[in-house]
Amino acid sequence: MDIFIQQLINGLTTGSVYAVVALGYTMVYGVIQLINFAHGEVVMIGAMVAFSVIVSLAGSGLPPLAIVACGIIAAIPSCMIIGYFLERVAYRPLRHAPRLAPLITAIGMSIILQHLALLVWGRNPIAFPQIIDNPSFAIGGASITGVQIAIILLCFAMMAALTWFVFRTKFGIAIRATAEDVRVAGLMGINANAVIAATFVIGAALGAIAGVMFGTYYGIVHYTMGFILGLKAFCAAVLGGIGNIAGAMVGGILLGLVEAMATGYIGEITDLCRWPGGGTSFLVERCADGGNFVLFGSNYQDVFAFLVLILVLVFRPSGLLGERVAERA
Amino acid sequence: MANFITSLDKKNKLGLALIAVALIVLPFVLASAGTAWVRILNFAILYVFLALGLNIVVGFAGLLDLGYIAFYAVGAYVYALLASPHFGLHLPFWVIIPIGAAVACVAGMVLGAPTLKLRGDYLAIVTLGFGEIVRVFMNNLSNPINVTNGPKGITLIDSFKIGSFDLGKSDVFGGLIFSGPIKYYYLLLIVLLAVIVINKRLQDSRIGRAWVAIREDEVAAKAAGINTRNIKLLAFAMGASFGGIAGGMFAAIQGFVSPESFVLTESTMILAMVVLGGMGNIWGVIAGALLLSFVPELLRYTVQPVQEALFGHAIIEPEVLRMLIFGIALVLTMRFMPAGLWPEARHRREMEAKREGKK
Repeated sequence: MDIFIQQLINGLTTGSVYAVVALGYTMVYGVIQLINFAHGEVVMIGAMVAFSVIVSLAGSGLPPLAIVACGIIAAIPSCMIIGYFLERVAYRPLRHAPRLAPLITAIGMSIILQHLALLVWGRNPIAFPQIIDNPSFAIGGASITGVQIAIILLCFAMMAALTWFVFRTKFGIAIRATAEDVRVAGLMGINANAVIAATFVIGAALGAIAGVMFGTYYGIVHYTMGFILGLKAFCAAVLGGIGNIAGAMVGGILLGLVEAMATGYIGEITDLCRWPGGGTSFLVERCADGGNFVLFGSNYQDVFAFLVLILVLVFRPSGLLGERVAERA
Repeated sequence: MANFITSLDKKNKLGLALIAVALIVLPFVLASAGTAWVRILNFAILYVFLALGLNIVVGFAGLLDLGYIAFYAVGAYVYALLASPHFGLHLPFWVIIPIGAAVACVAGMVLGAPTLKLRGDYLAIVTLGFGEIVRVFMNNLSNPINVTNGPKGITLIDSFKIGSFDLGKSDVFGGLIFSGPIKYYYLLLIVLLAVIVINKRLQDSRIGRAWVAIREDEVAAKAAGINTRNIKLLAFAMGASFGGIAGGMFAAIQGFVSPESFVLTESTMILAMVVLGGMGNIWGVIAGALLLSFVPELLRYTVQPVQEALFGHAIIEPEVLRMLIFGIALVLTMRFMPAGLWPEARHRREMEAKREGKK
């Protein structure tokens, strides 16, 4: 039971990060029906910029929380600029091109961003400075750290803010109208170009915060981290129903939980010594004295997100909350 | 092919003969500069195979496969497991290569079946994820039963052998030294010729035309009576088997496989070859593959000295510079030449067909 609660907490934390990144994918997809392939790289740049700012301010005598806040404040505009640039270079000129074309320019942009980061921040994983006090609280045999609480709360706050923005403001109405039909939205006097650029920029800003949270939580950042994080977040967006903002949140948190639970229990489940009949002859030696024969251990962590993705695509292609028809020529 | 040769006039025949002689002499010329260059040439031909295989999926059928390297990995690992001291198995290559192709084909079908009925971008992401899954398995399937030997990879893989004739060893024929790489080069050249003919025939066949129809307009293709799902699955499976075959040859030539050879960058690289050369056009894809395999090697030998001469030390590693150039090339090609450097001549053919139809 302790493991269960612990994994619940861990899953909720990573799930929150996935959810925030997934929002970036889902907003862009909702408006132009294209995957923003370089979004993971934007998150990575956010983490890296924050890292540089935090390191350079570390000796300044400012309180640690203020330093991290400075890191976030520096990361957000940097990512917003990259997001805007991305839309202008990789997506806007190709809006009427075949569907493959913008996907390929986006891959090109993500290669460029990755290798620019490699040039600036180097090839090796970087330890993200852990300057905030990180108290740990006990909950029923498990523990939750201050950083985890902060990440979960911050994520929910951001989701609430985004929901308010999209559903309660004039610009939000414009975004939803553009998502419904770009041409008709244009006839209603909405500047579709501005709306599309805005979704990229908003997604990038959320991504920047997610990047900093990722760095603070895992304590390590790397120029390739955007790839796997982006992929999982995309899986989360599809799980929830891509194009649907609430879906991205649900999908992200659910994916985090699934991943944490699977990682926590797969070793036990696939341990042949615990299976009935685990005493077969060739296992006897391995299983003696509490030995184990684990087929798949927690090192398969990265596989689960894709398994979930494939299962969703097979059984419910429109996602849990998605109303969009997945098949569209 | 026979029609193709007889239809050529004298001038073209002479040109073809000259190219053939050049291709036959090429390894010896390169060998004089160092055997390393022959190896580079061999790997370039392997990339041509891969690019042609991916071209079936991306170029002909218009399906974006971002994890193509996974099929290459499957082929390479099948070969490595069945022809190395790792399991003590030493099956002959003509048994393993078809097995590798079949396993890759099945993997492609398992992956394609659920996703091909969806929109293209889902396929892109699922294949990307599949590439990662295969890598995770290669890295971790060493415990509790050691299947892949983890990140260390599998070494001492058998070379291609027919009786006592070993393609991995040096031989002397008529005073000329045929080193292992040179012998492999000739094998690869023959296979390459076969692959090109197969691709050419495929492209002009009923299936090839169905692929183009699906790529251009899936709804229209469906309305025209094409079973789009099966035809797409066929493209996917066929591309995967090409990758599996290339992987088997890679394992034999290299004599060593490890998960490191099958990273995502390789997938994007092959995609870049296809896109840069001209999706759908076989000659363009070949040119793209050769270009992108040789340019980095040339960069390796030039970038470092140039930087050292200019700044006294290397500022940008050639590997990083190569990737940056790739990224920029991808973006620029799509923006200014969306059809690639040597685009497909489909439209021209359509025009000709129209004119002939009028006669």
